Amino acid sequence: MSASILTVDDSASIRLTTRVALSNAGYQITEAVDGMDGIAKLSASQFDLIVTDLNMPNMDGLTMIRELRKMPAHMGVPVIFLTTESDNDIKQEAKAAGATGWLTKPFDPESLVKIVRKVLGR
Amino acid sequence: MSFPDPIAVFRTEAAELLEQIEAGLLDLNVNLGDKDQVDAVFRGLHTLKGSGAMFGFDALAAFTHHCETAFDRVRKGEVPATQELVTAVLEAKDHMRALVDTPNGDHEATGEALLASLRAAVDGANNAGSSGPAKTAPGQNHFKIRFSLPQNAMANGTNPLPLLDELRELGECRIVADRSAIPSLDLLAPTDLYVSWEVELLTTQPRSAIDDVFIFVMDEMQLEVITVETSVAAKAPAKTEAPVTASQPAAAPQPAAAPVVVLHAAAPAPIAAAPVETKQNKASENVRVPAEKLDELMDRVGELVIAQSRLSQLAGGSGDLQLRAVSEDVERLSGELRDTMMVLRMVPVAHLFSRFRRLVHDLSHETGKTIELVTEGESTEVDKSVIERLADPLVHLVRNSCDHGLETPEERLAAGKSQAGHILLSARQQAGEVIITIKDDGRGINRERVRAKAESSGLIPPNASLTDQELYQLIFHPGFSTAQTVTNLSGRGVGMDVVKRTIDALRGTINVASHPGEGSEISLAIPLTLAIIDGLLVRVGDGRYVIPLSAVEECLELSIEEDMRSRGRSFISLRDSLVPFLRLRDLFRTGTKPDPFQKVVVISTGSERVGLVVDQIIGDHQTVIKGMSKLHHDVATFSGATILGDGDVALILDVGHLVAEGQQQEAHLRAAG
Repeated sequence: MSASILTVDDSASIRLTTRVALSNAGYQITEAVDGMDGIAKLSASQFDLIVTDLNMPNMDGLTMIRELRKMPAHMGVPVIFLTTESDNDIKQEAKAAGATGWLTKPFDPESLVKIVRKVLGR
Repeated sequence: MSFPDPIAVFRTEAAELLEQIEAGLLDLNVNLGDKDQVDAVFRGLHTLKGSGAMFGFDALAAFTHHCETAFDRVRKGEVPATQELVTAVLEAKDHMRALVDTPNGDHEATGEALLASLRAAVDGANNAGSSGPAKTAPGQNHFKIRFSLPQNAMANGTNPLPLLDELRELGECRIVADRSAIPSLDLLAPTDLYVSWEVELLTTQPRSAIDDVFIFVMDEMQLEVITVETSVAAKAPAKTEAPVTASQPAAAPQPAAAPVVVLHAAAPAPIAAAPVETKQNKASENVRVPAEKLDELMDRVGELVIAQSRLSQLAGGSGDLQLRAVSEDVERLSGELRDTMMVLRMVPVAHLFSRFRRLVHDLSHETGKTIELVTEGESTEVDKSVIERLADPLVHLVRNSCDHGLETPEERLAAGKSQAGHILLSARQQAGEVIITIKDDGRGINRERVRAKAESSGLIPPNASLTDQELYQLIFHPGFSTAQTVTNLSGRGVGMDVVKRTIDALRGTINVASHPGEGSEISLAIPLTLAIIDGLLVRVGDGRYVIPLSAVEECLELSIEEDMRSRGRSFISLRDSLVPFLRLRDLFRTGTKPDPFQKVVVISTGSERVGLVVDQIIGDHQTVIKGMSKLHHDVATFSGATILGDGDVALILDVGHLVAEGQQQEAHLRAAG
């Protein structure tokens, strides 16, 4: 069975791009539109990996990561966050919140797939 | 699989974002201090920039970046939000729309002008340049790598196996796992990582490729790389020190990244360091907190419990499974929080007991009696507020024992006892109560004298038949004292009734046991805490009431026929014993029709039981006790009130009073029958 990935982004276009890239690479994609929606999806099912934006309305990515790490079902699930900030602080903060890795925006679909493969293994 | 055109999706989204940004800016114009709007505008700009760059709208992304930077500074409080800034960004927003609509149009001049006014508004927004990726020369390299990941790496989603696979992909690889740090099973946390690895790698890739493998954990991990044998390109390692990618922390040119690091054979595993540290922390001293802060916190927890029961009620009534799941989580958490809070408020009774040494010592001198005080169970913990209120009653009881209970040395010797009298003060926990016992080996309570005194003061009719317990309870009646002479210490009849009142107020009970010539024992059973109890919510007529669950023995159904049969009687048969009961419907004069199947809740105060007939048993209820107002001070049937999940108020039944009333009614009927 192919790995299932939850993508969380308030931007429909980014969601679409990630969906295209990851579907083509053979992953099952579920989408959430913000952190709150993400948590709702996470309460309902299990995922092998989560790709999330940080800056989102309702619940931002950092909060969502902290919340999901509190859910025993999602302990150890890799979380990749998308960030445009080049400064190191936000990365440290996200990692302290429980994120696994990151991808700097703008990104091309290949690098996203590469990162996902890197974290999930083959 | 077919997807819509991403560019079109982006355009629609950009239009929405621009509208949001505009709305935010206009609101901000009215109220410059509105942080929410600053955040909203920033978020909009941020998303626009990010998505723009994704879909090739480079000019838009670059331009928006400047506006975003400006708002980021406002957000961080570096510059204030001003009318000028809002105006500048509003104008810039129109420009962004043009950049979305015609990305290839000639916008440069307009953009520059707008940026100039933006800069003027924020006093110069600057942007940081990014460093380019470092180039490395490839060659055959031999690395010895030793690494360990942070202990919580797996919990945070880093699986070490793909990392090892990645290393394997770099070239010829020999991997040895160091398992020495794995603790014994009882100490092992299954989510933690204890293994470190040593890897020998032969690769044509430069050193930076190794860093790339660990890019996500680089800052937290321990990584030592030794270049064993460098090939022709000898200068290559020196170059690899540069940051590997633009996203790599620029401010981390640590010497640790130097090409050659001396590897200590017995390098202390970083993993081992963590537990040691926490152990040290564990030994840290106590924190002193002002008592009123704890009270405040307890209040909040109380409110939380109320809010939580509302949530449970809402969740229970809805079909939303997710809501129910959350509600159950919150219920569990608030329960745990309550328990933790209770523990925080607990203090050992040792402090309370210690003051009695001095008291007994003084009393011993005043009375000329030799008295030895023994205390037991000083480490028993009781709610702080309970302890405070227990002090006075205990002083009365101990004084009473010294003054009335214990005989003079001569009397004791004459009675064949040791010259010194003994008082035992002990505390222990039993279920949800703490039992404090004051026991002396004195003359015991003189039953006849108590009876005579009670009869003469009209408390009981002459020759009334009373159990020992009933008789002893008379000494707690106001104005009752059997001491022939009033001494300095006690015997004025004040005291014992105060004891009774205080213990009642603490929802506790007093038990008296006495054997003539051998001594007496007074036990106080006090609930561990005063603020929150587990209650049983019942309905009587239209009203809802709470019965403290600790007093509930069992619940029975009262069938119609049994109900009819029991009319005119005041007790029901419960497994071969007769239990008096009270019809709360009659007691509260509800005036509504009774439910066809009424229920009996059997409550007890240790030795005595009474059944309460109610219409419906609703269920378990976390009861946060609120005191009754001064106006209701005299109401004996209720000990307090609580707020239910739906906001209604339910009164809390006073178990002690109802049991007494039930017993009294029974005695009355028995006397009449």
